[in-house]
Amino acid sequence: MSDEQLKDTPEQAQFRADARAWLAENTPEPPTVRLPQSPLEIMTHEQLDYLQAWQKAAYDAGLVGCDYPVEVGGGGRDNCQRIANEEMLRARTPFFPNVIGLGMAAPTVFYHAQEELKQRLLPALFSGEDIWCQGFSEPGAGSDLANVQTFAERKGDKWVINGHKVWTSLAHFAEWMILLLRTDKSVKHDGLSYFVVPIKSALGKGVTVSPLIKITGETGFNEVIFDNLEVDDSYRLDELGKGWQVAMTTLLHERGAGELVTPRSGGMKSESTHNTNSHALVDLARRTERSSGTAADDPLIRDRIMQQLIREQGLADNNRRSRVPDLQDHPMRLALQNKLLMSEVAQDSAGLAMDIEGAAASLYLGDGQAPDGGQWPMAYMNSFGFTIAAGTSEVQRNILGERVLGMAKSK
Amino acid sequence: MTQPDNFGFTEEAALLKDSARKMLAENFTADVLHGMAAGDPTPERGPALAWDEGLWNQMQELGWGLLAVPEAQGGVGMPLVAVAGLCEELGRAAFPCPLLPTLSASYLLSAAGAGGAAPLEEIAGGATASLAVSNARGSWDFAETPIEVVGGKLEGTACFVQDVAKVSHLLVCARNAAGAGLYWLPVDAEGVEVQGDAIVDLSRDQGRVILSGAEAIEVCADAAPAFDRAMPAIWTLYAADMVGAGEWQLQTTVEYANQRQQFDRPLGFFQAVKHQLVDVMVDIDRAKSLVYGAACAWDTEPEKATRYAHMAKAAASDMAAYASSRSVQCHGGIGFTWECFIHLFFKRQKHSQMLWGDGPWHRARLADIVIG
Ligand SMILES: Cc1cc2nc3c(=O)[nH]c(=O)nc-3n(C[C@H](O)[C@H](O)[C@H](O)COP(=O)(O)OP(=O)(O)OC[C@H]3O[C@@H](n4cnc5c(N)ncnc54)[C@H](O)[C@@H]3O)c2cc1C
Repeated sequence: MSDEQLKDTPEQAQFRADARAWLAENTPEPPTVRLPQSPLEIMTHEQLDYLQAWQKAAYDAGLVGCDYPVEVGGGGRDNCQRIANEEMLRARTPFFPNVIGLGMAAPTVFYHAQEELKQRLLPALFSGEDIWCQGFSEPGAGSDLANVQTFAERKGDKWVINGHKVWTSLAHFAEWMILLLRTDKSVKHDGLSYFVVPIKSALGKGVTVSPLIKITGETGFNEVIFDNLEVDDSYRLDELGKGWQVAMTTLLHERGAGELVTPRSGGMKSESTHNTNSHALVDLARRTERSSGTAADDPLIRDRIMQQLIREQGLADNNRRSRVPDLQDHPMRLALQNKLLMSEVAQDSAGLAMDIEGAAASLYLGDGQAPDGGQWPMAYMNSFGFTIAAGTSEVQRNILGERVLGMAKSK
Repeated sequence: MTQPDNFGFTEEAALLKDSARKMLAENFTADVLHGMAAGDPTPERGPALAWDEGLWNQMQELGWGLLAVPEAQGGVGMPLVAVAGLCEELGRAAFPCPLLPTLSASYLLSAAGAGGAAPLEEIAGGATASLAVSNARGSWDFAETPIEVVGGKLEGTACFVQDVAKVSHLLVCARNAAGAGLYWLPVDAEGVEVQGDAIVDLSRDQGRVILSGAEAIEVCADAAPAFDRAMPAIWTLYAADMVGAGEWQLQTTVEYANQRQQFDRPLGFFQAVKHQLVDVMVDIDRAKSLVYGAACAWDTEPEKATRYAHMAKAAASDMAAYASSRSVQCHGGIGFTWECFIHLFFKRQKHSQMLWGDGPWHRARLADIVIG
C-alpha cells in the first residue's frame, strides 16, 4: 500500500481506483507540437487546442473541481481533488491550460460571487472552455498590490473601467479576467473592488491585449489596456470596497495555502519536475567531462548536488508533516513556506546545472551541441517567474515573518 | 513496509513528546540551566559538570532511559520516531543528562544480537552508558577506534566520550582479531581512568577514557553490522536534539525582535532581521521534517535508513550553525554577553553539529550512495 492509500476513506479509495482506471485508458498521447515548460508560456493555438481537449476530457471524467458542489459544476465530493491530483501526477498527464482559472478565479468566484454568477461561470471554467486571466499587477503596483490605479466609475448600474494592467498571463487566450481595481481614490485598501470581466468579447471595444516577450524569448503574458470598458454591476464580487478581502482569497489559493485544492495535472509537470530535480543533476554531472574526470567526481559539485537533494527531500517531508496537524504549532507555517521553497529550490537546481555544464551552459535551445537541448539555461531563466510571480520571495518572507512568527508589519 | 503518512507518530508518541515538553518547561527553564551551568565564566574553569540529577532520576522513573531497550530485555522498545520526538524536547531545554549516549548505546546493543541482551537488561534496570569509539583525531569511523583488545583486556585511549562523567557504563569499540568488536564494562571498573575535557558546551560533559588492562564483557566480536544498523538512529537523535534547540533559539530571538525597539520600531519590523529569522524557521522545518522522515524510515524501511539519516543530520547540523549565528547576531550587544541565555544554546548547537559527523561529512557519504 502507498502512503496515500493508508489514509483514504472507502469513498476516496473507490474514487482513486476509478480515477486510476480511467487514466490508464485515457491519458493522451504526447502532442506533435512542442509544449512549453509551464502553462504560462502557451503561445500557439495548436498548443492550446491540445491542452484544452485534455482538460475537457479530465473534467468530464470527474477529475477537475471534484470538491466543488454539483450545482456549480463540481463533483460534489469530499476531499478528492488531492487524490485526483496524485493520480494524474502518477499517470504523467499533460498540464491544464486554465491554470489561473482553476487556481485563482474558481475559489474566488466560489467564495465571493452571487449564486447565479457561480453557476454561470464555473462549469465552463472547470472544463477549460473558458480560459481565465488575472488582472492584478500594474506598472506601478506589483508587490504593493493595494496601490492599483485602474479605476471604475459608476454610471447607473454599469461601471466604466480605465487603466493599465501588466504581466497578465494568458490574457491573449482568455475569455474572462478577475480584476482588482479602484472604485474610490480617497482611501487605499478600502477603495478597492473586485470584478469578473469578459475580456475576449470586449477586444477592440474597450480592451486591448498586447503580448510581452519574456526573458526566455517566449510570450505568455501581456499588457492589457482598458479604455472606457463598460461592465455590468452584476459582475462585481462581494461588496463595493471589499476588493482587498476578496483578493486575499485569490492570493491564498495562488500561494497554495487556500482551502480549496487546485486541480493539478501533473504529467508534463512531473516531467519538468523530474528535469529540475537532483537526479537529473546527478545524471548531468556524470555526463559532463572536466579536465580531471567528470563533474560527478568533483567534491564541490557532489556536495552541492547533495544539498539540493536534501532540500527536495525536505520539501517532500514538509508536505508529509503538514498532514499531521498534531505536530504543528501554527496551521499556516508549512503551507506558506511551500511556494517560497519550491521556487527557490527549482531556481538553485537550474543554476547548479548551468555551473555543472560550464562553458556549454552558454548554448541555448536550437543549438545542436547544447547539453540536454539547452533546457537548463531556459529553466534557470524561467525559474525567476516563480520567485517573482504570485508574491516575490521577499514578500513571501514578509508574510511568513508577520503571520507565522508574529513580527511587526513592514509596510 | 512503506512509510506511514503520519511518520508513524502514534498517540502514545505524541503524548510522550508533549509530556516531556511540559515537564521540562516547568522544571528546567533556560535560567535554571544558566544558574547551574554558567556559574563560572572564566575559560579556566575546566571540565564543569552541571546537571540536575534529581530531575534526571525522575525521568528515569518515567522510563525515558529504557525507551530504546526492547521489551524482551525489560524495556519499552518505542519506535524511533517517538524517541526522536523526545530528544527534540530535550534539545529545546538543552537539558544536561546522559540520555542521548544511553539511547545510542541501546541501539548499538540491540543491533549487536544476543550478546547485547545482558547490558540491555542493565540499562532497563537504570544503568546509563556512553560510547568509547573516537580516536584523538575525532574520527567517527568505528574501524579507526583507538582501543585494542590485548590478551582479552582493553588497552588504549578513547576521546570525545559524551557525558562520561554522568554514566555508569561504557560501551567500547575495540580492535580484535576479527576486526573491531563491542565491549561492555562499568565506568568505575579497574583499569579505567576518565579525564574530563574542558569544553565549549556548558550543557554537556565530555572526556577521554584511558583503558589499561580493563576487563569487559564481549558483546560481539564483529561490530560492523551493529554500527550499520544503529548509526542512522544515532545520527537521527542528535539531529532531533538540534531541531529542538533550534526552535528555542528561534522563539527566543523572535520574542526579542518583537520587544526590542530601535529607530522607534521593534527590530522585527526591519527586513534585515525579519528575513533572517524566516530563513532560520525554514531551515528548522526542513531539518525537523527530515528527522521524522529518517526516523520513520529506520522504523519501517531499514534499507533506506542510512540515506535519510545522512540527510537529516546534514540538514540539522547546517541549520544549527545558522540558527546559532543568527540568534547571537539579532540579539546585538546583549547577545554577546555571558548573562544572556543565548550562548548556552549556541554552544550546545556547535557541539552537536560536529558529533558523529558534520554537514559536509554526511553529504559526502550520501553522495557515495547516490552518485557512487
Ligand atoms: C511569469 C510571471 C507571470 C505573472 N503573471 C501575472 C498575472 O497573470 N497577473 C498579474 O496580475 N500579475 C502577474 N505577474 C506579476 C507579478 O505578480 C508581479 O511581478 C509581482 O507581484 C512583483 O511585482 P513587481 O513586478 O512590480 O515587482 P516590485 O514590487 O517592483 O519588486 C521588485 C523587487 O523589489 C522587492 N520588493 C518589493 N517590495 C518589497 C518589500 N515590501 N519588501 C522587500 N522587498 C520588496 C521584490 O521582492 C523584488 O525583488 C506575473 C509575473 C511573472 C514574473
